[in-house]
Amino acid sequence: MIDAKPPSEPIVVLADVHQSFGDVEVLKGVSMTVRKGGVACIIGPSGSGKSTLLRCINGLVPIESGTIRVAQFEVHKLRSDEEKIALRKEVSMVFQQYNLFPHKTALQNVMMAPIHVLRENEREVRERAIALLTKVGLAEKQDAYPGELSGGQQQRVAIARSLAMRPEVMLFDEVTAALDPETVKEVLNTIRELAREGMTCIIVTHEMRFAREIADQVHFTDGGKIVESGPPAELFDRPKIERTRAFLSQIL
Amino acid sequence: MSRMSTPDVVARNTATHPPERAVSHTATKPVPHALPVLLPSALHVVRGALDERRVGARWRLQRAHGVALVAAFLLACGVAEAQAAANDPSILATLWRWTPLLARGFVFNLAISFLAMSIGTLAGFFLGFAQISLLPPVRKGASFVTHFFRNAPWLVLLFYCMFLLPFQVTLFGYTIPIPDWTKATLGLALPVMANVSEIVRGAVQSIPTTQWEASASLAFSRRQTLWMIIFPQCIKRMLPPWMNLYAILTMATVLASIVGVAEMMTLTQRALAAENRPGLLLAFYSYVLLWFFAYCYPIARWTVRLEARYAVNQ
Repeated sequence: MIDAKPPSEPIVVLADVHQSFGDVEVLKGVSMTVRKGGVACIIGPSGSGKSTLLRCINGLVPIESGTIRVAQFEVHKLRSDEEKIALRKEVSMVFQQYNLFPHKTALQNVMMAPIHVLRENEREVRERAIALLTKVGLAEKQDAYPGELSGGQQQRVAIARSLAMRPEVMLFDEVTAALDPETVKEVLNTIRELAREGMTCIIVTHEMRFAREIADQVHFTDGGKIVESGPPAELFDRPKIERTRAFLSQIL
Repeated sequence: MSRMSTPDVVARNTATHPPERAVSHTATKPVPHALPVLLPSALHVVRGALDERRVGARWRLQRAHGVALVAAFLLACGVAEAQAAANDPSILATLWRWTPLLARGFVFNLAISFLAMSIGTLAGFFLGFAQISLLPPVRKGASFVTHFFRNAPWLVLLFYCMFLLPFQVTLFGYTIPIPDWTKATLGLALPVMANVSEIVRGAVQSIPTTQWEASASLAFSRRQTLWMIIFPQCIKRMLPPWMNLYAILTMATVLASIVGVAEMMTLTQRALAAENRPGLLLAFYSYVLLWFFAYCYPIARWTVRLEARYAVNQ
């Protein structure tokens, strides 16, 4: 980014993370640091372990070795459901397929978790939820069911739903991959605004231009490892590693 | 029927097309061996799948079944009338005379079906959720119980309950009798429980795992996820099979006659014994069938409608 932010303390720290599904080793020693308020983009070919990496960070997928620290949580040590729930109150995730709750309206989708998980006052939550839906440009759709919304609209509701938890860190897992090119823009604008407001974001994406514009750090993954990391200007314009160069030349 | 149509189509095609065109058509095919062999079988598979989907609706009760039943009933009445002695009252009059008693029996059938369904559904829900428990012993135990009662013949379960349960229990000095119909109800509730258990398990597992993932990342606990997110989505999916099961149970309540419960079937037998006219047999049983059809037909149609509606929505 053009205006250099003052360095803040690291909020997400991964060190030598290994993870495998059965015999297939998905992550082969990933290390990464994201500072508070920072935006990290993870790019790389499909099957390189990007989504798994995100799922390890909020404890959806247990890791085999290495350490993951998120804020005050030692994620690799969390065993009980209560501990994981405490972590997930701080780390919210948005998915490729939106995964809204189809039996609830947009507003109810946003309100559910704060009311039932954070046990907050319903009226306050409602106000906040309406404000969030307004922010993502869907105030007039608050009573629509997910089935009545377009992909882009559903994804923005999903972002609002995650934000309603007031998390410290937001994880985005290829959130535009299932959208058509026109609706991609509206979702990216929402994320852009979040990043500008200082939300810590870890974004797995195939939108290279977006990554270049928004990220402080870009991580290129291949074969379960982070092959190359750096500020976007460096990684995109002067990749040091041949594999990164090959990947970027395919995409850009 | 569908198997017949493949050679049919082929025969028609070769008949309408000039032979030289048919030859050139096969000659230009790039893979001479694969396509002629695979294509018909692929068609066959697709057609089989479509048929199977249609069969679900086809084997439900339909209006035509009702018409056939009425026809059979009238035919049976006609036959009985022909066999009747000169001074016997008419068949319809005889039936009409017995109808109040039979209707009382039918109400008893319905009462047994309601009770068995309620008990079975309640127990089945617990069993179904136990089947998806994270604790292996609970899960395996529930799965065993479910499959045991699902695969046991209903009649055997009924006999078990009849003869294993005591006819009375003494609790705190009070003797509570357990009438036969209660035992029969319990006996019928057991297979219902097992079937509901499978319906619940199937419905819960049919919800995409991404819903679990989404709820987990919003910090919902497993219990909250199950009750607030997964289960509400299951109800729509469970309703049609559950109603189907109810129709099957209603028809199975006549099994209780074998163990001596005074429901419609038992009363019919008594009526026949009292009348002592062999010609009445067919007429009376067709009449009983008509009663059950009249009750189950609307349920079946409603189920089909619900299935169609939910199939569109999902």
